[in-house]
Amino acid sequence: MSTFVTGTEIPAKTFVINRAALVQYANASGDQNPIHQNEEFAKSVGLENVIAHGMYTMGLVGQYVAEIAGGSFKVQDFSARFTKPVVVPADVDVELVVSAVVGEVTEATAKLEITATCNEVKVLGMTKAVILL
Amino acid sequence: MLNPDLVGRTFPGTKSTTITQESIAAFALALGEPNTDVAPPTFAITISLEQSQSVLVDSGLDWSRVVHGDQRFLINKPLKAGAEITCNSTIESARSMGGNEIITVRSDLIESGEVAVSSWSTLVFRA
Repeated sequence: MSTFVTGTEIPAKTFVINRAALVQYANASGDQNPIHQNEEFAKSVGLENVIAHGMYTMGLVGQYVAEIAGGSFKVQDFSARFTKPVVVPADVDVELVVSAVVGEVTEATAKLEITATCNEVKVLGMTKAVILL
Repeated sequence: MLNPDLVGRTFPGTKSTTITQESIAAFALALGEPNTDVAPPTFAITISLEQSQSVLVDSGLDWSRVVHGDQRFLINKPLKAGAEITCNSTIESARSMGGNEIITVRSDLIESGEVAVSSWSTLVFRA
């Protein structure tokens, strides 16, 4: 597909993360670790506040990748490093801003180099996807 | 510290999971993904993480100090409703760094004898 040219910057997308979204993700994923829902518990284990599931943040980035690719079925390889927790205080909408640059393009695939930030701080590192063209 | 003899060992999953349309729809909805024909790329975690952790449960590591360090999915065949999945987990590597124990487990989600998705989870047991 001609739309994927190495070096092309793909428009950013903003996702909203709040406590209700974390409960919804916990129920959908089965990950009911209280650090993602219970402020008192999160603070008792030394966290600043409730934090988002790393896999929730990665999942949102996956949605961005699927949208670029033209569907989840075109995502072949997807990886991320959880470098910084996404802190989610009560009654706050935290904005996750995701953007990408097209990396290596082959006849069959395109690589995306992805950036994910909250309040201009990178929350994921080494985030890459290979999509099928 | 993890017994080094466990590195390289594969633990076959004992139970089979049938993926339901409801589970895909709920996961997609949580991520804002409108299309539910196939599971979102990270859906495999709902099967693999429990299995990845279960192979380390008796390792003597302190689970109250674990964080998810890295994650990768290699998707050979996207997961769909009706797929019957078994999951085999292999402890690929274990290393110590600054007192932290860093363990990577690969879980292969098997559908009809073929690896549909491989999921690598790196878990960091903090000192």
